[in-house]
Amino acid sequence: MKLAWKIARSIFAISLIIFFFGPLYWLVNTSLKSPIELLSDNVQLFPKGFFFGNYRDALDKSGIILAFFNSLIITSVSTILIVMLITAPAYYFARRKNQLTRSMSTWILVSQVFPVSLIIIPMFLTLQKFNLINTTWGLILVYVVTNTPFSLWLLRSFIIAIPFEIEEAASIDGANLWKILYRIIAPLLMPGFVVVTIFTFVNVWNEFFFALVLLSDPEKSTLPLKLAQFVGAEGRALIGTLSAATVMSMIPAFLMYLLIQRKFSENLFTGAVKG
Amino acid sequence: MKFKTKGIFQSRDSFLIGLAAFPLILGVVLVSAIPTVFAIGSAFTDLILGINFDWRFIGFDNFSRGLRNELFLESFKIGAIWSLSVSIISLVLGFLTALLVIQSEWYSILLKFGAMLPWAMSPVAVAILWQILLDPASGPVNGALRLLDLPGKNLSLLGDFNTALPVVILIGAWVSLPVVVISLIASLKNIRQELVEAAQIDGANNWQQIRNVKIPHLRPVITSLFVLNIIWNFNSFGLVYVLTSGGPGGRTYMPALFVYHESFKYGNLGYAAALGSIITLALVIVLGAYVYLRNRNEVVA
Repeated sequence: MKLAWKIARSIFAISLIIFFFGPLYWLVNTSLKSPIELLSDNVQLFPKGFFFGNYRDALDKSGIILAFFNSLIITSVSTILIVMLITAPAYYFARRKNQLTRSMSTWILVSQVFPVSLIIIPMFLTLQKFNLINTTWGLILVYVVTNTPFSLWLLRSFIIAIPFEIEEAASIDGANLWKILYRIIAPLLMPGFVVVTIFTFVNVWNEFFFALVLLSDPEKSTLPLKLAQFVGAEGRALIGTLSAATVMSMIPAFLMYLLIQRKFSENLFTGAVKG
Repeated sequence: MKFKTKGIFQSRDSFLIGLAAFPLILGVVLVSAIPTVFAIGSAFTDLILGINFDWRFIGFDNFSRGLRNELFLESFKIGAIWSLSVSIISLVLGFLTALLVIQSEWYSILLKFGAMLPWAMSPVAVAILWQILLDPASGPVNGALRLLDLPGKNLSLLGDFNTALPVVILIGAWVSLPVVVISLIASLKNIRQELVEAAQIDGANNWQQIRNVKIPHLRPVITSLFVLNIIWNFNSFGLVYVLTSGGPGGRTYMPALFVYHESFKYGNLGYAAALGSIITLALVIVLGAYVYLRNRNEVVA
């Protein structure tokens, strides 16, 4: 009975593993198939050899490389701006409980409810007024605004986890606020900074909707936008090229994910979910 | 010597931190709160996408038009089915995955790592991935169906009237799993081991431990995940936009897609804002019910 239960569990675990990894494996598998293999109607679980022609084609397709660098610039600038902007407020929110912090936290919760398709309307009109439609800076501005609440919330939960007594003790020993912040909080908060930075980076890197609405110039396209256009145009016919381009588009975010794999575990979302 | 927890900063320090926080708070008010108010306000106008802002106040016309639009109501219904099913399926699968992860068996690490993968992918990449998987000729899903000689073996699962929505829901659950799994693992690890041991001593079997110890402990997290997932999925856009564009025949035409088409394809910004506001109102009711229930439970407990 015990053994049967164990086997049943293993079988279930294996089917879940296939459900999680299978789709990604298939994408990589498709990207490594030669045109002849892609044309055949038989389902092939393994590529016959490593054929990198699809990757070459994807890189040759005008725009993918450019879109990659557009994405890299937009994402890096937005992430740096966000992390710089939220540090002091996150500390303030973690250590103070007053009318201001209470109403801001309510707002962060409530703002989850508003569909982006509603929010985009005034944003679009405002950006249009300042001639920021179809510009890199306009999109960066929108990313900073829309990602700040969640990133702030995440950083706040890391600060709350630092016992306040440490600061008290330092204060008794005569350290002033800036010494406390630089000598005590900042070093303890390094893991928090890493997680928040990577989290923000991945969110911005993968964002699609705002880029779709705000960018029409193909020269400025971000990677998700370029991929979506590629599917709409010729991508359905060129499955090999499409899958190679998709694999490459995922690399930066996956590298980031591998970096925080360990830290990712425990209390990352709990702070956010508990509110 | 006794310190009040807040008393250690001099008022000057407190002022400086407040000053550093001020630009951001101002920014959020200016570019988040005010636009939201403006968006809801524009729902009462006939604002149209164009170079200049020409509008006049038309009261509740947009709202009554939206509520009489059968296509919108149909889309709203699809959104409700989609977000509810995705939330339930991802919670059930996520709970089972989390239970397996904390067993520390050979598969635990793999499961945890695997469940997190979709988190790092853009909705566009997810859509492309599943399109390739579900290709009726070369995809492995139809291949497996052919191997087992099951019905639908040559069917385009994303293109068929009956299967499109269920398949898209399953993909939605795949995407929603990371947050669910990580949150549930964390909460399961927080259960005090004594509780589980006590249950074991009392002779509770695995199933009874899950039902009587683990699920009650996880209830607050499960409810908030459920509510957040409903809200997030109801507003989700990118996945369906690329995966099916709302097709076949509008079977996966989500509300966010509807509002997007109304505003940026047809240019009816005022009308689109009204539709967005109707969606918001529905979600506020869901969120309000959740907050009410949570507060009531806290009072009871």
